[in-house]
Amino acid sequence: MYKIVSKRELSPNITEMKVYAPRVAASAQPGQFIIVRTDEQGERIPLTICDYDRNEGTITIVTQTVGYSSAKINEMKEGEAFVDFAGPLGRPSDLLEIPEDELKGKKILFVAGGVGTAPVYPQVKWLHEHGVQADVIIGAKTKDLFTYVDEMQKVGNVYLCTDDGTAGFHGMVPALMKDLVENQGKKYDHCVIIGPMIMMKFASLATKEYDIPTMVSLNALMVDGTGMCGACRVTVDGETRFTCVDGPEFDGHKVDFDEAMRRQNMYRENKKTNPETHKCKCNG
Amino acid sequence: MANRIPRVPVREQDPKVRATNFEEVCFGYNAEEAQLEASRCLNCKNPRCVSACPVHVNIPGFISHVATGDFKGAAEVIGHDSSLPSVCGRVCPQESQCEGSCVLGIKSEPVSIGKLERFVGDWKINNEGEAPQLPPRNGKRVAIIGSGPAGLACASDLAKAGYEVKIFEALHKVGGVLVYGIPEFRLPKERIVAAEVDEVRKLGVEIETDVIVGRTMTVDDLLDKEGFDAVFVGSGAGLPRFMGIEGENLNGVFSANEFLTRANLMHAYDDSYDTPIYTGKRVVVVGGGNVAMDAVRTAKRLGADAVIVYRRSEAELPARVEEVHHAKEEGIEFRMLTNPVRVVGDEKGWVKGIECVRMELGEPDESGRRSPVAVEGSEFVVDCDVVIMALGTSPNPLIKSTTKGLETNRRGCIVADEEGRTSREGVFAGGDAVTGAATVILAMGAGRKAAAAIDEYLKAKP
Repeated sequence: MYKIVSKRELSPNITEMKVYAPRVAASAQPGQFIIVRTDEQGERIPLTICDYDRNEGTITIVTQTVGYSSAKINEMKEGEAFVDFAGPLGRPSDLLEIPEDELKGKKILFVAGGVGTAPVYPQVKWLHEHGVQADVIIGAKTKDLFTYVDEMQKVGNVYLCTDDGTAGFHGMVPALMKDLVENQGKKYDHCVIIGPMIMMKFASLATKEYDIPTMVSLNALMVDGTGMCGACRVTVDGETRFTCVDGPEFDGHKVDFDEAMRRQNMYRENKKTNPETHKCKCNG
Repeated sequence: MANRIPRVPVREQDPKVRATNFEEVCFGYNAEEAQLEASRCLNCKNPRCVSACPVHVNIPGFISHVATGDFKGAAEVIGHDSSLPSVCGRVCPQESQCEGSCVLGIKSEPVSIGKLERFVGDWKINNEGEAPQLPPRNGKRVAIIGSGPAGLACASDLAKAGYEVKIFEALHKVGGVLVYGIPEFRLPKERIVAAEVDEVRKLGVEIETDVIVGRTMTVDDLLDKEGFDAVFVGSGAGLPRFMGIEGENLNGVFSANEFLTRANLMHAYDDSYDTPIYTGKRVVVVGGGNVAMDAVRTAKRLGADAVIVYRRSEAELPARVEEVHHAKEEGIEFRMLTNPVRVVGDEKGWVKGIECVRMELGEPDESGRRSPVAVEGSEFVVDCDVVIMALGTSPNPLIKSTTKGLETNRRGCIVADEEGRTSREGVFAGGDAVTGAATVILAMGAGRKAAAAIDEYLKAKP
């Protein structure tokens, strides 16, 4: 059992939890994910690692309620425990592969949207610890939906944007990227985008225009998370890859986002065994 | 005299009824039936059945105990060589192993060895005896990666030999393919798999779930940081293969691994569990092995019309004869000499059919089976909502990619000798991780051989 050491609400339907999982914390790296199960009946749900503390033996996860199982995770209380918390899974971020002396001179841009902000944090923090101050764009529909802004400001240069103009730049993420590059003369060697699939698609199109190498972190459907089921198949550069073992980060200019979005919705349309008798648990 | 008794038939659930539930198909023998069937064994001086068994169970030995009603004695005889009799009695391909070489089979029907083994295994589970006598611990520790048949067999033998054994399992349940792959209607999870795993635990074997070796820890961590003296890799062949044809990433195309894992490990067929599974109205399963049969029969039980599409003819079907027979009884449609060339999708990206070509059998290939050749211009579309690919699996690359000096072959299988020794000192391997997808009993055999090699290695080590 994996105890929830602390829990806080980041916004009305986004929750942050610190979970005691010493083996996972000992090996976790930025960019990796875990699989969590709330109870014996629960699904195996993949969640990106948002922070880790090797001394405390904890992993931080951030969950947005989008359906039945994510709601179940967010209803869990401090002191309660998950029955399973397996990981770290997937490959660590490519940034970790860059030799330290090369890393120092790099101009790196992070683009975070919605619940994707938290998983960006460990990468920005890791760079900060390695002497690199990265630029971080955080986008949200409106001011109240921002998460992790304070934490991020401590480790990177944060630029905010909102669709409705209630905070920061008025406009969506690609517009702010355009502003930084075209009007503020920013140059970037590398970009990491994490957020909703549709945002990653359009932000990747923007970086392609400026010829900035781009990685995106995909949140595909998974069952086991170890390469067994193939539910997380994604087409990258015309080839089928498994998000769980080959990813979760892929070249944003080569991912077939339209297919990825379609596959992500596979079970959304009441696709349970038998539509006539099934008691649907999704509220989506 | 014995020869004149016909093979005792085994009672099964009515096909019409069982095609709608997940209860076990076969009821097995009762004591009376088992004793009668056991009396058919000729107790050959040179028992060919024993040499045909990958773990060399003393078959005439245990059967002679069954014949006299000494079921405890029978369980002890099997226990020397196998820790999973209830599992093997259910899933071994007996027709090509023990029963296939039974002398009685030449003129009439072989002794029903599998059903007798199952009877003895189940009797043992239901008549719990005293805790096994364990030898004193020798102070050496062995880590086992994977709790499938190879790992469980290796762990049992080592624990019996006095080693402290710990199994690390990546998933949340213990049993490997026995829990995620083989369906409930063929191998009950709680009543049989969990019970036989408990027998292994009783030997003092510790099992930790949620540990993905290669990610949570590496093989080197086990040897250097966790203080194990040797490691056995029994991580199986978990990676599903696809055909590489157009439309394979459409919504509604699944690997058999995904479909079966949802149903078996995650209990998706039971509405009280959260994991979804989808069959639509008509499912096409591509493949002819046991996994294909498991997938197609699971789809049928979930209410779909279910079809097998296989590129060779029925004679080449690699599945156990009993599974094919059961599938037919349950109303599965078999389309032989049919090979998919494309999955057809609708405007929303969901499967609406699978385009196939007819095949003819040509010359025998290296497997000795006649290889199928496509008939030109014979394309046709089979309508369906779901396509399940059951084309075999290959070993997971996680361990090889994180273990320095561990040699693998071009198929990604770990290279090991007959006794399970790998290119790394202190690291042994066996089962599907070495051979590629094979059978439960072959994996158990490999686990046992490796246990003997580990024992030899650690005894020689200062």
